[in-house]
Order: sequence, then C-alpha cells, then structure tokens
Amino acid sequence: MRKTDVRTFLRNNAVTIMFVALCLVCMVYSGQSIPYVMYELFGRLSRNAFIVLALIIPIVAGMGINFAITIGAMAAQIACLWVIEWGVSGLPGLLLAAGMSVPIAAFFGFLIGKLLNKMKGQEMIGGLILGYFANGLYQLLFLFIFGNLIPLKAPGLVIKGSVGVANTIDLSTERGFKYALDGLWRVDFGTGLYIVCGVLALATIVSMLLKKSNVKRGAITLVGLAACCGLYQIPAVSGLFAMVQVPMATFLVVGALCLFNLGLMKTRIGQQFRAVGQNRTVANASGINVDRVRVIAIVISTVLASWGQLIFVQNMGSFQTYGAHEQVGLYAGAAILVGGASIRRATNSQALLGCILFHLLFIVAPSAGKNLFGDAAIGEYFRVFISYGVIALALVMHAWSGIQKKKNPAEALRN
Amino acid sequence: MSAEYVLQMNHISKRYGENTVLNDVTLTVRPGEIHALLGENGAGKSTLMNVLFGMPVIHSTGGFEGEVLLDGEKTHIASPYDAMHKGIGMVHQEFMLLPGFTVTENIKLNRELSNKNMFSRFFGRNLETLDMKSMSSDARKALDSVGMNIDEFTRVEGMPVGYMQFVEIAREIDKTGIKLLVFDEPTAVLTESEATQLISVMKAIAQSGIAIIFITHRLDEVMAAADSITILRDGKLAAKRDKKDTTIVELAELMIGRKGEAMVSTEPREVPAGNVALKVRDLYVDMPGEEVRGVSFDVNEGEILGIGGLAGQGKLGIPNGVMSLYAADGDVEIFGEKLKLGNASNALRAGIAMVSEDRKGVGLLLDQSIEDNIVFNAMQIKDEYLYKIGPMSLKNAGAIRQVANQMIQELDIRCFGPTQHAGTLSGGNQQKVCIARALVMKPKFLFVSEPTRGIDIGAKKLVLETLVKLNREQGMTIVMVSSELQELRSICDRIMIVSEGKLVDTLLPSASDADFGLAMSGIKPGEHEEKGGDAQ
Repeated sequence: MRKTDVRTFLRNNAVTIMFVALCLVCMVYSGQSIPYVMYELFGRLSRNAFIVLALIIPIVAGMGINFAITIGAMAAQIACLWVIEWGVSGLPGLLLAAGMSVPIAAFFGFLIGKLLNKMKGQEMIGGLILGYFANGLYQLLFLFIFGNLIPLKAPGLVIKGSVGVANTIDLSTERGFKYALDGLWRVDFGTGLYIVCGVLALATIVSMLLKKSNVKRGAITLVGLAACCGLYQIPAVSGLFAMVQVPMATFLVVGALCLFNLGLMKTRIGQQFRAVGQNRTVANASGINVDRVRVIAIVISTVLASWGQLIFVQNMGSFQTYGAHEQVGLYAGAAILVGGASIRRATNSQALLGCILFHLLFIVAPSAGKNLFGDAAIGEYFRVFISYGVIALALVMHAWSGIQKKKNPAEALRN
Repeated sequence: MSAEYVLQMNHISKRYGENTVLNDVTLTVRPGEIHALLGENGAGKSTLMNVLFGMPVIHSTGGFEGEVLLDGEKTHIASPYDAMHKGIGMVHQEFMLLPGFTVTENIKLNRELSNKNMFSRFFGRNLETLDMKSMSSDARKALDSVGMNIDEFTRVEGMPVGYMQFVEIAREIDKTGIKLLVFDEPTAVLTESEATQLISVMKAIAQSGIAIIFITHRLDEVMAAADSITILRDGKLAAKRDKKDTTIVELAELMIGRKGEAMVSTEPREVPAGNVALKVRDLYVDMPGEEVRGVSFDVNEGEILGIGGLAGQGKLGIPNGVMSLYAADGDVEIFGEKLKLGNASNALRAGIAMVSEDRKGVGLLLDQSIEDNIVFNAMQIKDEYLYKIGPMSLKNAGAIRQVANQMIQELDIRCFGPTQHAGTLSGGNQQKVCIARALVMKPKFLFVSEPTRGIDIGAKKLVLETLVKLNREQGMTIVMVSSELQELRSICDRIMIVSEGKLVDTLLPSASDADFGLAMSGIKPGEHEEKGGDAQ
C-alpha cells in the first residue's frame, strides 16, 4: 500500500519533480551566486505571477489552459499605448491603463468565450490559434490604423519617416509608468519577511479568536512563521537574500488575486465553474447555463491577463510592440503545469510554485549552458525546448492517466 | 391534494414526421402511488417521459397532441427546468452526479444556499457566499429520508454505484414541492440487496404523498413495488392494471404481444444437432452500453441461433466480442479450434464473418463503390482478388467485377451497377452489400447483427429470406442478433434471451409470449412462480 502511495505521488508530480531536479543541476553548473539568483527570481516572480494566476479559473471551468490570454495581453498593450499618448504618467497612468483595458479585454474575452463554446473539448488548440489570428489584427491596428489613420503625437511612439507604431514602446520616459506599482513601496527582504509574517500571524490569531479555524492548525502556522523569522536571523541565510528588494505593492496585488481566486470558488458562480468543469451534461441537467458560465470564466481570465501584462510591462520599463504578447500564453501555461497543475486541476499554490521553478530555470539555464557547452545559446535553447516540452508532457500524461484506468476493461467487468 | 390524480396525461399522440411513436396513450397517476410503466424498447416509454418533461426534442419536432393535467389543472410544460419547478423530478438511469463534488454539493447543485456579502450587493446573486452549514444540514435530512447513513461530506468519486443512486434520489427529494418522481430503470445498476432497499425507499417516499412513476423491465420488481401498472406496446396503450388484479405472466404477455404475422415462414424442423460450430465459455465484453458479463453457449453446425433481449442488455456485445471489435475476455472455440480474442483478423481468418449492426460506421466504406466494398475484407484478409507481382499486389479488376455482379444478382441489390457508391444506396440495399461482403469471405460461420434495423418491410423480408437460403442451401451456421423478437421467431431454430449481460434462457421459437416476456425481464420461465410469490 505504501509503495503504491509513493508511486502515485511520483506519477502525479512527475513534471514538478523533474523540474526541481533540472533546476538544481543547472544551478550547480551555472556558477551564479545564490544572492544573484534570488534577486533575479524575486524580480521575475513579481512581474509574472499575476498572469499565471489568471489561468486558474478557466482550468477549473474545464476549459484547459487559456492560451488566449495572449489576447488579454494585447488589450493591455493597446491601453498602454493610449495612456502614453495622453501623457498620463506614474501610478495614475497605470490605473488608467488598468481601467481602460477592462472593457477592451472583457469584450475580447466575450468573443473568445463565444467562439470556444462552439468548439467544446478543443479549447486549448482553439485559444492558441485564436492568439495567432488576433496577432494579425493587432499588427493591422498598430502598423496601419494607429499612427496613420489615427495620428499619434507623443514623441517616440512613431518614428519619423516610418509607418505605424515604433518597434519598442518605452515606459521609462516622463510620460510612462515604469515602476509605477513596484516603486510604490520597496523594502529589503528582511523587512518584507517580517511584515508578511506579522500580517499572517495577526490573521491567524484573529481567525482563532473568532473560532473560524482550528486552534491546532493555527498554532502550527504561528510556530512556522516564527521559525521563518528565526531562520532569517542566521547570517548565512540572510546573506542569500541580501540583494533582494521586494516590491511589496506588487506582491500585495498578487496576494489579492490569490484571495480573489479562493473567494470566488466559495460563491455560487465558483460552484458553477467547478460543476461545469467536471461535467457539462450534469451541470446542464441541473439548470446551469453552461455556455454562459464558460464565457464568464474566459472574460475574467482575459481581464486578469491584461492586468498581468500591465504589471509585467511596468516592471520591464519597455515592451516590444509587436512581440511582447506572443509568448505570454505559452510561458504562463508552461509555468502553471510545472507547478503540478494539470489541464483539469489548478490551485494558487501550484501556480506560484510553477512560477518560481520556471523562472529559476530561466535564470540559471543560459549560464549553465555556457559553462557546460561553451555557448549561452544552448541554455537559451534548453529553456525554450523545455517550455514546449513541459506542455507536451502534461498533455501526454493527461491522456496517459485516462488510459491507465482502462487497462483491462473486459476483465474488470468480472468484478 | 384535492384532485384524484396528481398527473393525468390524456390521449397523448406524438409523431416524428411520418412515424407515429405514441398513439392515443393515457397515463394517470394518483398521489402517493407507485405506478409502473412497462414496455419493450420502442414501445414509447421514453417519448412519453420526454413529453412529461417538456424536452426540447418534443417541442422542436412539432409538439404533441393531447393534454397534460397536474393536480387536475391543465398545464403546459415548456422545458425540463419548468418541469422541475412544477414539482416533477427524475432519477436518471445514468447518474447526473459530479464525481469531484461532495454528497452535499451534489444534492444542492445549482440550488445552493448562500449568504449575501459585500460583493454580491453590487454584482448580484452569483457572488453570494455559499452557506455550507445549512446546505449540509439539508442534505443530511434528505439522506436520512432515503435511509442513507453515509457522511454528507464524502466525495461521490469512488462511492459504490448503489450509493450514487441513493444520492440522486436524495437530491430529488430535497427539492421543495416535489409531487412526482420518475425513476428510469433505477435498479439496472444495483445489486440485489440494494435493489430491495431501493424498493423500500420508494415505498417510503410514496407513503409521504409523492407519486412515483417506475420505469423498469424487471417484472418481479414491478410486482414487488407497484400499485398500478400501465403497459405500452408499439406506441399504444396495451393495458392498465392494478397490481392486485394481475399476475406476472399476464404482464409478460401484455408486454410482448403478437405483432402481426411472421414475415418469413420456414418449414418447421428439428433443431440441428451435431458438431458444435462455436463454443463460447464465460465471455465478458466491454462494449459501452452493451456489456456482456459471463455468457456461455454452444452453436450447433447448421443451425440458425437467435439472440434476443432488450436494448442495452448486452445482446450486441456477444457478436462484437467474439469478433474482437470490442475488448473481450473468455474462451471461444470455433469448429474445435481455439480462437484468440483481441484481434479482429483472427476471427476473420478462422472463417467467421459478421454483418455489423453499425452499417455506416463499421460496415461500409460509404465513399467507395459497391464492388470495392464487397471484396474489401477478402482482399485485406485473404489476399484474394489480387495479382501478385513481386512485392506489389494489384487489384484484379476483372475478378472483382465478376463476383460483384454475381452478388448483385443473387441478393437482388438495387443499383445502377457495381461502381455506384455505397453511400447512395438505400438502407436495405446497403445491408445487402454488407451481407455480400461477408459472403465473399466464404465464411463457415456468420454473425448477423440487427440485419433489419432501419430498412423497409420488403427489404426486411428479402434479407431474412437470404439468411434462410444461405442456411438451408449452403449449410451455413448463422447467429442472428435482433431486437425484433418476431423476426427471430420466424427464422431461428433456437433463441437465446440475454438480460443484464447474462444469458437468461434458451427458448424454442414456439415458446409462449409470456416465456419470452419473462426471460427479457431476467426471469427464467419456471422460476417465476417462486419469484412472483415473493413479490406478493
């Protein structure tokens, strides 16, 4: 019995375990110092976690990985362009862009949802192709309509003598909103840790006092938090995080999205997502409007993805006008799968863990490739290869677990 | 409840195009009674229930004639959801449960209880927080009333099938204002003790004043549970009986009935007894919807053996399993030689041919010509009708044309010629092409599965006559599977009746209607006295 437990655990978490091993190997060979890796990791985590978390709701609603978040990213970039054109900078600029991308992304999401309802069971490939198709429309918009039919005045958006919006949109000028969110409240790692632990401890104590949670579990949480802070007192440990600057506001937003995902699942509509995700026929028989629920799931996901892209670009400080959105769906999808999610089941913690592992590999793979094979391009090759590979593997394993159950059907009837 | 009947369906008629599926059927159910609805496949039971639930399939095909009265008042039921609001519930044959949800969540699916929160004030009811506590206490109450002591927080996944059935019932009971519950073949998946428990639960529900319509093919359960019985046959009301005035034998007779005269008359003869052509032992077949669970039988050389039974009971699984078209397990011997299951070409090489019930899916290549269809298997399996030139093989067009023309003539396939595409033929002629294809394999043993499904009467007659001719003139051993009992009785030497994946009995065509009816409901004739006695 125990043996099969271990085997089931290994099989269910094969992708994650493989990735942890890969990260460790690459980390050893990369020769990069841990403080540097941590610094990079926190930066990447803050800008990417949000968009990965945006994938959860469609997975729960049984629509697989929403590769069409690419289109959400496009909505964000359209909003971005106009905010820069109008010259609203800093936090107001970011908020305006966020507000503006809601109707755009929601409209796109509505259309995507309608289309995906016509191709039930093929949502993932549908979303992927839809992303490619939308890319064409996006190019038409940015190359021909913006800057030509609708003139843009802001400097740098259109290069003189050329056609369409410039290749790169820079947010670090005085018109842009680079670090609008990240820069709000930045602390070093130790302070951040104390604040987070303090808040969590407070929440645990309050919920214990209100008798909403188990006293034993609450106590364990408190001890765990104290241990974290205690561990940080050891210089060897704190040294690892010496370079890390934590953008608290960004992580706060990510945390809020986690809470949103959790809270939504406890509502009527959340229950409907889960019901539709498990079995459309049963959900329909109980009077749930399946198509509507699926459209809502995609709309929410697309809007969240557009916000995620805004968080991404405000951290990067600039983006490739014609390419920044292209890999968004692929990388986010790969990240959530690495964290142990499947195309049927996903949680916040899987999304965050996946994000950490995936980016860890991104940081260490190029220099590991350089040290091992004498060429950084090989490491780069590895990470692209691996992100496609992870998605393929997850799909194969999903099919495989279905086959496993039906190994000897005729004999199974005997019982 | 002032009205005498909770439900009256008066003079219901329903046509799908030319095809009358319900003809002046009347069904009345009193409050608190268990009313059994009996009938063979195609008798109109499901259409009647579709009318009751206002299924889209009824409304989109022109509605129905007649009237539906609930509590004595005339009503129009627009949709299944509307039916639910009017207090009509259904316990489905296939479970409408979500495996990943707990029992509570399933019972309360889409009828969740919820509390307002700060978001729901702005965004509406959909964002209200679920009130798991009151949901689970409601669920507990519903579970108690069906006598289930399972924990309401258990997940449905991995539960025994019997439990799922009770959860489903609990869900219906939990709905407020429920007046009428329809049980569609509820005992099909249950063990014997679970079925007994179910019947006592049904009686308890009926005691509380909820009427029950009980659809089943198990006559002994009808006698055990029902207060009154309506029997449908061929879309017409065959009879309405109170339980106290009837017997299980009468019910079986009413259900089967004589449907006109035999289409093909054969000389009565002794059942050929001689060498065993096909010996099947302990056959299990995983054909979805037609599972076979341990069937053993012998087919004698030179006989026509019929396999009958209701749809979904496994009769189709037998030929498909022997031919390895579906995963099968068991011992099969053909003419004394062991047949390895698992690969269809083994069976074909051993000289067994099959005319599939799935003409368009498995049987025919619709975009190919008649002649290609006829020789396809012979070419692929036996390498016939080919020229061999080194490693290459070419079609022998002359030989193919010759055999095709011969078959077209012998079987009277109505077509423009051997090059016409099979897809453009009528159903009956397609069926003949299928038979022709089986015949060019020169089989010693032929499975024919539902040969007359969906073809007109003239073609039916011809197909049946062809089978008899093959048997009498060429001595071919034939196993014919059919839902039409009358067909089986007109040409077969012996008829096996299959129910719930098991062989119930082997009868002679001359056996009485009652014997066939009882066998189809899983009761071996001769046993029913004791079983029927139990019921009373």
